[in-house]
Amino acid sequence: MAILVDENTRVIVQGITGFQGSFQAKRMLDYGTKVVGGVTPGKGGTEVHGVPVFNTVEEAVAETNADTSIIYVPARFATDAIFEAFDAGLRLVVCVTEGIPLYDEMLIHRKLREVKSMLLGPNCPGVISPGKSKVGLLPDRSFMPGNLGVVSRSGTLTYQICENLTKAGIGQSTVVGIGGDPMPGLTFVDVLKMFEEDEETKAVLLVGEIGGTAEEKAAEFIKQMSKPVVAFIAGRTAPPGKRMGHAGAIIEGNMGTAEAKIAALRDAGARVAETLLDVVKGVRGVLG
Amino acid sequence: MRLHEHQAKQIFAKHGIGIPRGEVATTPEEVEKIAEKLGGKVVVKAQVLVGGRGKAGGVKKANSPKEAREVAEKILGMSIKGHKVEKVLVEEQLEIKKEYYVGYVVDKVNRLPAVIFSRMGGMDVEEIAAKHPDEIHRIYFDPLWGLKDYEVRKALFRAGFSGDEYKQMFDIIKKLAEIAFTYEAELTEINPLAVTSEGFLAADARLNVDDNALYRHPELAELREATEENPLEREARLKGINYVHLGGNVGVIANGAGLAMATMDIINLMGGKPANFLDTGGGLADPEKMKNCLLHVLKDPNVKVVFINIYAEITRCEKVAEGIILALDEAQRKVPLVVKLAGTNEDIGREMLERYSSEKGAEIYFVDSVEEGARKAVELAG
Repeated sequence: MAILVDENTRVIVQGITGFQGSFQAKRMLDYGTKVVGGVTPGKGGTEVHGVPVFNTVEEAVAETNADTSIIYVPARFATDAIFEAFDAGLRLVVCVTEGIPLYDEMLIHRKLREVKSMLLGPNCPGVISPGKSKVGLLPDRSFMPGNLGVVSRSGTLTYQICENLTKAGIGQSTVVGIGGDPMPGLTFVDVLKMFEEDEETKAVLLVGEIGGTAEEKAAEFIKQMSKPVVAFIAGRTAPPGKRMGHAGAIIEGNMGTAEAKIAALRDAGARVAETLLDVVKGVRGVLG
Repeated sequence: MRLHEHQAKQIFAKHGIGIPRGEVATTPEEVEKIAEKLGGKVVVKAQVLVGGRGKAGGVKKANSPKEAREVAEKILGMSIKGHKVEKVLVEEQLEIKKEYYVGYVVDKVNRLPAVIFSRMGGMDVEEIAAKHPDEIHRIYFDPLWGLKDYEVRKALFRAGFSGDEYKQMFDIIKKLAEIAFTYEAELTEINPLAVTSEGFLAADARLNVDDNALYRHPELAELREATEENPLEREARLKGINYVHLGGNVGVIANGAGLAMATMDIINLMGGKPANFLDTGGGLADPEKMKNCLLHVLKDPNVKVVFINIYAEITRCEKVAEGIILALDEAQRKVPLVVKLAGTNEDIGREMLERYSSEKGAEIYFVDSVEEGARKAVELAG
């Protein structure tokens, strides 16, 4: 089991001939991910790390039977790449690209209502089901197979937390980075639903941050969950009105404060950790 | 990016929305002249990018040019929530019969554009929603087709508008949506929308545009005013460094927004005061990046210690160490560093820094956890 990706996931890399795309394709191959193709317009017929490159996503899917795509394309071209992936009927589209304009994202969501694809990101580190598959740029060493589902808005903070968990002997079923943009494709609630239904997942860790209402929405769903949830919220001491790195991490007026999120999560029965080390204790507490 | 009221009003006027007559001034003398031109009775409004300026005394009426000058003397140079007032907008006083509200927002939960309007203006939209939920009207529309006339008609008739007020509201709602789509606004607002004998006028104006789309609107990017920003934040922005000034004495550098926030939080939790938030982002494979970040943090004279927390998932740690050493070689002053380095070749990175530390006498402390690092940094900051 695990969610979103496993040993059967067949992945194409959009932007595989670029610096990032090529580098990350190699790392995914090394991890054991089935990277079956790449796409760069005009580079069709070549190979990168032994993986065939195609001119279009449609062609890549027809030739390789891929069901998932990961996008390493600059922000100005990423929206087009996402539409192309949707159009080719891929099950899961992971977009790493940061800096896609909000109005493009509105249209991406508009299109999402008409297609069957799921979108992870943009501005996300991707997803890993330890020991099975990695579609993203998460560092291998932080993870090991286990029963904790992890869903997060951040990248390096999640690697840090998962490394602490792994060192403490707590493995993960799947780790999902939904990204730092204000309108992500898959949301906390979408991913929590999948973890709730996943047999391998026994408990869930949610890593949120200030800005927006994603954590409050998650809290509403957590109330109905049978599995225990531990949460951590970054940015409790952030000043209002300042964007803290991520496009979505900003307290606007009284909206998006850490206090409101922590209160909602606690009210829903989640265990909210104060520090990174408390996260490990909290997870150990609920996993027994 | 949030535009100033006077900047937003110019854009509103360009699109045919009525605004009060007025001009921008930077000195009390200018204010007096403008007030004369406007017939004496004016409002002097601080141009700062924070809410609540009215309550802070940043908006004052004056009934003669002389009074306008006196009022301006008080407002210019005052500090509103940490923002120094460098400019004021001097406008004619309006004879307001009623105050309405019209706004537009990209609703991030529903992932749709929405127009919001109300007959209760002059207070925050959140306050209207809380106090008079029946008086808030929303129009969600399809971003693909844009706001259709019938959607506005439906909402206005349902809200009980008729006659001339209906016509004016219809016009303003359509124009506001047009402005939003033209400039890729996250939010734009007219609050209050003043109902006067001369028609509906935008008594105040707000326009926040999407930073990620600024490359498509260079004319807006130029409007960003240097005077409003903290100088260190401004310099960081121009250098492409993600930096927020916080005013404490513990410098913070981390790669990744979440990690940087968590580092900032734990310093606070340990009783310290972070001097800044700094997210290096990716690209640490080039030592210049870390060098520039560290040198930038050291420019803040209050910084007594810097906590560097790097989780180098792609980058090799020797590149990070190289960047730190380059910065220390160039730095004008010496402060202790607390370093948490994790990732590929972390041992090599640590060795490089240890060697540098013993050869050059630089004070560098290595830690294994964020908690330990924060404790050490707070202790060193004194």
